Parts: sequence; structure tokens; C-alpha cells
Amino acid sequence: MEYEPVIGLEVHVQLKTKTKAFCGCANEFGSKENSNICPVCLGLPGSLPVLNSQVLVSAAKVALALNGTIRNFIKFDRKNYFYPDLPKNFQISQFDMPLSEHGYMDIKVDGQAKRIAIKRVHLEEDAGKLIHPEGTACSLVDFNRAGTPLLEIVSEPDLHSPEDAYVYLSDLKLALQYIGVSDCDMEKGSLRCDANISVRPVGQIKLGTKAELKNMNSFKAVRTALEFEFKRQVKSLEAGERIVQETRLWDEKKEATFSMRSKEEAHDYRYFPEPDLPPFTFTDADIKGIRKSLPELPKERLGRFVASFGFGEKDAAVLISDKELADFFEACLKIYNEPKKIANWLIGPVLSHLKSNLSFEALHLSPENLTKIISLVEDGTVSNLAGKSILAEVVETGKPPDTIVREKNLGQVSDVDELKKIIEEVAAVNMRSVDDYAAGKENALMFLVGQVMRKSGGKANPKIARDLLAERLKKT
Amino acid sequence: MNLNLLTAHELSESLRSAKITSAHILSDLKDRFDKVEPKVRAYARQPFFKKSSSRNSVDAQLNGIPVSIKDNICSDGDLTECASRILSGFVAPYDATVVKKLKEQGALIFGKTNMDEFAFGSSCENSSFYPTRNPWDLERVPGGSSGGSAAAVAADEAILALGSDTGGSIRQPAALCGVVGLKPTYGRVSRYGLIAFASSLDQIGPMTKDVRDNALLLKVIAGHDKNDATSVDIPVPDYVRSLEKGVRGMRVGIPKEYFVEGMDPEVRQALNDAKAKLESFGVQFGEVSLPHTEYAVAVYYIIATAEASSNLARFDGVQYGFRASHKSVEKEPALISMYKQTRAEGFGQEAKRRIILGTYVLSSGYYDAYYSRALKVRALIKEDFDKVLGEFDLILTPTSPSPAFKIGEKTDDPLSMYLSDIYTISVNLAGLPALSMPCGFTKSGLPIGMQILGKPFAEEDIFRLAFAYEQNTLWHKMKPKL
Repeated sequence: MEYEPVIGLEVHVQLKTKTKAFCGCANEFGSKENSNICPVCLGLPGSLPVLNSQVLVSAAKVALALNGTIRNFIKFDRKNYFYPDLPKNFQISQFDMPLSEHGYMDIKVDGQAKRIAIKRVHLEEDAGKLIHPEGTACSLVDFNRAGTPLLEIVSEPDLHSPEDAYVYLSDLKLALQYIGVSDCDMEKGSLRCDANISVRPVGQIKLGTKAELKNMNSFKAVRTALEFEFKRQVKSLEAGERIVQETRLWDEKKEATFSMRSKEEAHDYRYFPEPDLPPFTFTDADIKGIRKSLPELPKERLGRFVASFGFGEKDAAVLISDKELADFFEACLKIYNEPKKIANWLIGPVLSHLKSNLSFEALHLSPENLTKIISLVEDGTVSNLAGKSILAEVVETGKPPDTIVREKNLGQVSDVDELKKIIEEVAAVNMRSVDDYAAGKENALMFLVGQVMRKSGGKANPKIARDLLAERLKKT
Repeated sequence: MNLNLLTAHELSESLRSAKITSAHILSDLKDRFDKVEPKVRAYARQPFFKKSSSRNSVDAQLNGIPVSIKDNICSDGDLTECASRILSGFVAPYDATVVKKLKEQGALIFGKTNMDEFAFGSSCENSSFYPTRNPWDLERVPGGSSGGSAAAVAADEAILALGSDTGGSIRQPAALCGVVGLKPTYGRVSRYGLIAFASSLDQIGPMTKDVRDNALLLKVIAGHDKNDATSVDIPVPDYVRSLEKGVRGMRVGIPKEYFVEGMDPEVRQALNDAKAKLESFGVQFGEVSLPHTEYAVAVYYIIATAEASSNLARFDGVQYGFRASHKSVEKEPALISMYKQTRAEGFGQEAKRRIILGTYVLSSGYYDAYYSRALKVRALIKEDFDKVLGEFDLILTPTSPSPAFKIGEKTDDPLSMYLSDIYTISVNLAGLPALSMPCGFTKSGLPIGMQILGKPFAEEDIFRLAFAYEQNTLWHKMKPKL
């Protein structure tokens, strides 16, 4: 029997607002432990939360970008459970009235378009972080993260392969980065993903029993974990076993999922409306204003790049796949209006440098520098090859391209007299080829150009050298 | 004359004209404290007898005046324990907004007063420290939960005091101790720094020797606070200035549901006398109906305990306060044992009862039957008041169905204890302001209180009526023999 997986994803995204969701503490990653804290995010007796309105705006932007509805009446609820990283022993969240519902995202997997419905998008606060120092029996808590605004984005079970999930996550991350509301860095924990997966025989409508997968630390891990879990569930079914509804942890080293075997799942969170936060009202005008403030989203940019610059969809997709890259492209375009040439440089040599570096920011490359290099090549000042080595040097040192050309003496020889001298020398030792050309063998010319290039140490301007050679050979 | 016997407005005058200093006041308070505190036990711990004002300016409204605050209001650097073992040793690292405002107006935070643990109770018997006694009869309770503040003011161990009121916790002890206590409109005074019992009901309010002091203290602590999203941004009127505007033509409703059988005859008589007195000033009375009154206690004990069960979850032994020196329990994670033992040993019986009640009413499967329905009835109770206050300026009721009861009389009967708040609870559910003030004494010499309810943010109207009454009576001048 053939089986298919049915997958739904729960994504948690930290919103990078200046301050936390309910207090004035800085919302930053990587500060010294317990340095961004106050009575409110520590949940000290007597403290009260006050909503940071920027959080609502950021969340609404995401909801609108995901084509969801926005509620006019926003309320928060308390989700009650005990855990030492949760200072109040309840989390401020949204229960029965999420900020947004009925959204969707269109993705393309192997050329096939799919619409993934998004069930709900809601706001909540992040918890602190437990630290377990090695060799001790105690645990410590870092509350810097407590109160960080979190957006939970829950998809419907519309994903039917681990690859679907991978593409959905990548596209979602890209959209969030374009909106500029989150770093979406899984390593730093600013994006986290849990997956629900069940299997069923192809053609069956009824859903199978699902397992919830946790502890995946990258999109690739999500894909691999889903692949593993799909196979595991199919194997169980084929062996005549029943799937147990449970939470399973992905073990990156063993590349397998393991049951948490915990009774904690029978949680009753006792949700009720948060009495310390009066409901907030979004007017239709507010929502309209937020919609207007949305930046161009990845899909729109792709369309524009194809339409305005005549790019193939594949090239355009590469350019927009990173907001910084696409922004860099457009910045270059303002200085040097040659979209295709810039695109070729970016997709080729620049991207290969990007891959060996951590981020665009780490390269010492500015739009000014790159367009300078391209124009040096285009106007014949340097060869294409030399251009690439200048790029490498710029990336390494940040020196201006002009300086590099001077220092390394990379300038092409375009001086006619100098080239003529070289041509005479080459002609003198290659009489046979000269004769061949005279006899009508066009190939001989290319050979002679190559000799000129060699003689000049690669610096001769090949186009001028060719013209001068052709002229010289006609004379004989 | 002993300065501790005076009111804040009297002391302020003398301070301004430099006839006295605040050190004199503190010294007289100390003498009084030393004499009567061993009998009354109004304070949670020793007050600060040597303190100077951080501000020293003549225009500061409470310059040099000591204020006693309930043990559930945070003041920076001071123990704030809610009279609970679970918060033992908790030193607040910040000032509640009301404390900040008091300090800005030159007041001295004098000491913290005893209370029922986490404000759970109507008698001060639920304090983990010791019960406070009623200065008028040391065998009797001072009321609660702000019983310490009420007793301290009544016994002249305090000049001004703050209490908190979730279901009557300012007004009922004010009535039982013969002082003036106001629960302001919900949102009038910031709750930031008040250790929450039930967030949607709690308000901090003044407890004082007379109405003028009450108006003065409310003026200082009221106002919008950006740290409390439920505080309301409405300008604070000059309550003191409008005291003498007079009451002729004011319309006051008397709810028939509040004068039920079983009500103490002396309380009934005192109310009737007060009504007659006010009529003689030109106040017009009319009988009104608040038909959903009978559900108030039930609704209150669902909503208040639900919120409390969640608000008190943070007391778990992890960050601050008491942690049980826990023993490991077989087959139980150490963390869970720590939680269980800390909360078992840290909370008193009434706190546990309310946490369990609140947890129950919020549980899945019960939420709709209890919490959800209670919210609906709460809305009906508010509508009752809206209707009456559409036609009347104020409502007059008794504060408590009986005068102070004996210590131990109701401790084994929580329900009868809950019923002692029957006249005060609806006001919190409706978010309205209400004041209790003395309106007579029983034959055995116990104070009787009356309650004046007003429209939202109409504390001025309440004060006007209260002041007119007080100006023509001497109840507030009576002192207990200690």
C-alpha cells in the first residue's frame, strides 16, 4: 500500500521590537545573563504588564502578509502552567480569539503550485531560559528572553511531503525577513518550529493519528525529522501496529525521533481573559494603514524583476531569495544601470563569496565597489579575469577597486603603439600562422591573438589586439 | 497635645507654620505604638520611627506626614510580605505607584500594616503573623482584610493609612473600627505595586480619621499610570476643595434588597437615623432595587478566586520568598516536590481554599458553568447599578450586616465569614466607588458604618455627602479606650 504524510507546522517567531512585549526592557539577544530584566518581566509581586503597541503592529503586518483576517477586538488570555522559566507561572497568550485567522501562503514545490492554509496567527510572550551548568545539581534561569514578543503561526495540515514543509518554512522565513519583523534565526532561537505529522493510505480522506515533533534546530532538521517520522509511522502501520498520539523529540546525532514518554501532555491550561490588559481595538483605518505600510513581499519582487529586467524566473528567484542580496542588486542598479550584468556578477562570483562568508554584511562589498569593478571590466580597463581577482581582493580587504588595479598593475594594455610592438614580435616568430591567415585560414587569427595575450602577460586588451592584428595581417 | 491624635490636615497646618516637625509626630506615634500596639497588633512589623521626607517643600501636599500602608503594597527596600509565610523575607525592589506619589508629596512611609494573608478574609485572623484586634473591643476582630490599617488609624497609631479593597477589604474594617475608608472607582488609583489578589476587582484606597483626610489622600494617590493599563486617564479633581459644596437636592437611593431580615437591628436603626439627618439637610431619598444582589457573593467567589489562583501561581519558591527545605519524593521530579512542599507549607488554609476554588472554576469542563456564567451575571449586577445611578446621585447602604464579631466566632464557618461582605462585594463587581464612615455605635460601644456608593469617577459626590454628614455628627471624634 502507498502512504502519504499529512503535515502541519507550528512556527514561533520572535518579533524584533526595540522593547519587550509588556515592559520597557531591551529586546536583544546575546546580552549578559539577567541584564535585560525588570519587575514586570521577572513577574515580581505587584508588577503589571502594559502592551507595547509596536508588537501589535508587527504582528498585524505578518498576518496581512499571510493573507489572514485581522480582528478588530484584540484580547489576551492567561495560559496557566508551572515551569521555572515562566516567572508568573502563566504565559500571556491568545486563546479563543487569535489576532488573525484564515490566512494562506502559496508555495511552489518542484514546479507545482500549492496553497497552504494558515489556521491562526496569535501573539504571546516568550519564557526565560534554563541553564544547566555542567557538574552541578542545580539549574539557573536567565530571564533576558522572558517577555520577548512571540508570534505563533499555525498552518493547516496542508503539507504533504517533508519537502513541502521545507519550502513552506523557507518562504515563510523570507516573507518575515522582507517585512522586517524578525531575524528568523533558528540558531539564536528567534524562529522555532514544531511539526505535526500523521500518515494515511493515498486516497484515504480520514486523517491518521498524529505525532508532534519537537527539537528541530534547522529547516533541514525539520525535513529530515519528517522523513524519518514518515518512514517510522508507515513501518508501524505495515507491521499492524497502532500509532500513538504523542510528542517525539528529534535527536540530531542519532537522526531519529524518540517518544518523550511524559504524562505532562494531559495539561489543562485553564485559559481565561488576562484581567491586567484591557482589550485593544484595531479600527478598519488602523488595519488599512498597516496594510499600506507593508513593504514589497518576495513574490511581488520576483514578479517585478522578471517583468522589468527580463530575467528568467530562476535568476530572479536567486536574487530575491535573500532580501539583502535583492536590496544590494537594486542599490547597484541605481549607480550603474545594467541589470543583467549586475545580476550575472551577483549570482556568479559574488554569491560564491557570500557562501563562504557568514552574511552579506561580513563582505567588505558596497554597491559602489561592485559597480566600479563591473565598469572597469566593461570599459576594458581590466580583463574579466582581473575583475574577478579584484572582487576577491575587495571582499578580503575592503580596498577600493581603483587602488587594487594600481597596486597590482592589473590595468589592460590598450595603448596601440605598445600593442603594435608586441604584435610585430609575435608576427616575427609565427610566420607560418601569418601565412595561413593570408591563405584564408581564419583560425590562425585567434591563435595569434592568444600569442599576443601570452606575450603581454594577460594584460593586452583582447579586442584591440584582435583588431590591430587583423589590420597588420591584411598588409602582408 | 499628642500629635498622633491629630488628622493630616491639622498636622499639615502646624508643619507649614513650623510649630511642629515631623520628628515630633514620629515620636508621638512611637509613644502611642509602644503603649497600644502590644494589645492591638495593627502592624505587620516594627514601623520606621526615624525617617525623614525625601522632599521638603511647603507645597508638597503631605510634607512630613507619616502614612501607614498595607503589607501588600510594595515600597522600595522594605519587607512586603502580604502577611504570608510564602513571601517571608521578600524585600520589594521597587515602589508601588501610590508609594511613589506619596513620596513625591513629601509623605513618610511609616510602616506596613497587618492583613489577612493575601487579603483573603474579613477579620485579619488569616494573617500568618498574628490576628489584629479591634481597638474598641480587644476580644473582637477589626474586620479585614485591611484590618491592620483600620485598627492603626482607630487606635491613633497611624495618621493616614492605605488599604486595598477587592470585595470590601477597606470598607468593612473601616466600619468595624469606626474610621473612614474609600474604595475608589476601578481604574482611579494605579494598582502597580499592589500584590494582586483579583486583578479585575482590586483597588487601593485611603483609610483615615475623617472625610477631609480621605479626600486629601485620594487626591495624592489617584491618577493615570502608564504602568497600569487598567488605570484610567481622567483628570483628578480637587476633592478637598469640593467638600463644602453642599448636598441640598442630592438624590440618594436606598436599595430594598440590602435591608433584609436577619440584619442587626442596631445597624438598621443607625442607618435610619443617618437617613433622617441627611434628609434634614435637603437630601432626597427614594427606595431603589438592585435585583441581582442575591447572586453577588456567588459571582464574586468565582471571579475573585479564579483570578487569585492564577495571580498566586508565581509564589513557587523559585525566585523569591519562602522555599521549603524539600525532601525528595520517590518517583517525583525534584522540581515538582519543591513546588508542592513550598506551597503546602507557605500558604495558609484560606489561601489554599481560594486557590483550589479558583483552579476548579477555571478547569476545562467547568469553565462555562462557573467562570463564564459568573462574568455574565457580573454584567447584570453592573446594569442594576447603572440603572439606579441613572436616576440617583448616590446610594446609601449599611457597610456590614453586623458590628465587629468575636475573634474565632466565624473561623470555622467560611461561608458565614464570606457573608460579612454581602453589602460591599457588588461594588467591586460593578467597579464603582464607595466609602464607609461611622454613623453610630451599638449599645455595647461598637462602631457602626454606613456605605455611600457613587457613579464611576464621582468620588467628589460621595465626599460631599460624607462631609456634610460628618460636619453634623461627632462619631468620628470618638476614641476607643485603650
